[in-house]
Amino acid sequence: MIKAEQKPMEEMLKYLDPYNKVLLSGCGACVTVCHAGGEKEVGLLASALRMARQKIGKKLEVLEATPTRQCEPEFALELAETVEKVEAVVSIACGVGVQTLVRHFPKTPIYPGVNTTFLGETVAQGLWEERCQACGNCVLEKTGGICPIARCAKQLLNGPCGGSSKGKCEIKREADCAWQLIYDRLKALNQLYQMEQIIPAKRWGVESRDSGLRRIVREDLNL
Amino acid sequence: MERGVNMPTFDPKIIAFCCDQSGYPAADMAGSLKLTLPENVEIVRVPCAGRIETIYLLKALEMGADGVLIFACYEENCQFLRGNLRAKGRLSYAHRMLEKIGLEKERLEICHLATNSGVRWAEVLQRKSEQLRKLGPNPGKI
Repeated sequence: MIKAEQKPMEEMLKYLDPYNKVLLSGCGACVTVCHAGGEKEVGLLASALRMARQKIGKKLEVLEATPTRQCEPEFALELAETVEKVEAVVSIACGVGVQTLVRHFPKTPIYPGVNTTFLGETVAQGLWEERCQACGNCVLEKTGGICPIARCAKQLLNGPCGGSSKGKCEIKREADCAWQLIYDRLKALNQLYQMEQIIPAKRWGVESRDSGLRRIVREDLNL
Repeated sequence: MERGVNMPTFDPKIIAFCCDQSGYPAADMAGSLKLTLPENVEIVRVPCAGRIETIYLLKALEMGADGVLIFACYEENCQFLRGNLRAKGRLSYAHRMLEKIGLEKERLEICHLATNSGVRWAEVLQRKSEQLRKLGPNPGKI
């Protein structure tokens, strides 16, 4: 799921400076799971923003809402009535949620309250790690189900590099070497022969972000 | 308390969240012993300190408290195993939020005690009240 972290308070207070009444909108999906932008975080941030502004003698009214999924038009539009009552919106959904609001509320400034960080897995309570970079052409079937694009610092498709040491990465020493993980996994599956097969270079300019905005069309779903 | 010319005029409002297994019986004992307490204390009885959400701490300050105390069981002595540790974790998150908005983190505190700690309960409240009096009114209250 999408992972995010709350933006620094000073940054938010700075862009909220001209406003007296805003809506703080969370999202009931991914950012709820990573405790960055769910209903609880909306309550906490709203309370903190009100107190921070009260402290400097510039009262800020903060309305609160948490649509089920801010990136879906049906849920985003539920905010329409509330958005009309405010001068600006702070969205603590991911960047997708922010832009969904931007599309539907063209006359209201929408600000991001979190930094959308990565697509990751909950490794333990309170610990999330990157697992996917949405590169557009999955190679997991060739790498024992461990992604070298997301987990290898050099994004090597044929690793490991010379910097792999005792199972750790030379770029980020606390991180496991993705290619060590791939080797261990393939060995456990008795599929080490896969290591001998060369994975061709990815066509970044065709299937990935380098070719510009990506889009999925399913005509059968059109209404 | 009679107010004289030199008496402080500010009575800090303290919200005391009391765990039913320790803080609340301790408060009860303090009452039975007729111990002196700060004037402006509101007790909130909770089944376990783990019931206290982070938002309760911030809301208490936002809605007018000058300080908040959590009276919880000693660590490793929670009837629900980790309720007091959860409260401690949430308090530390609330501390970080207070720091970010420029409020003194001393306004929020946890105190671990036992059922029979009536005297300690009263002493901690008195000390907190003194500390808050020195800090002054909570500038974030609305």
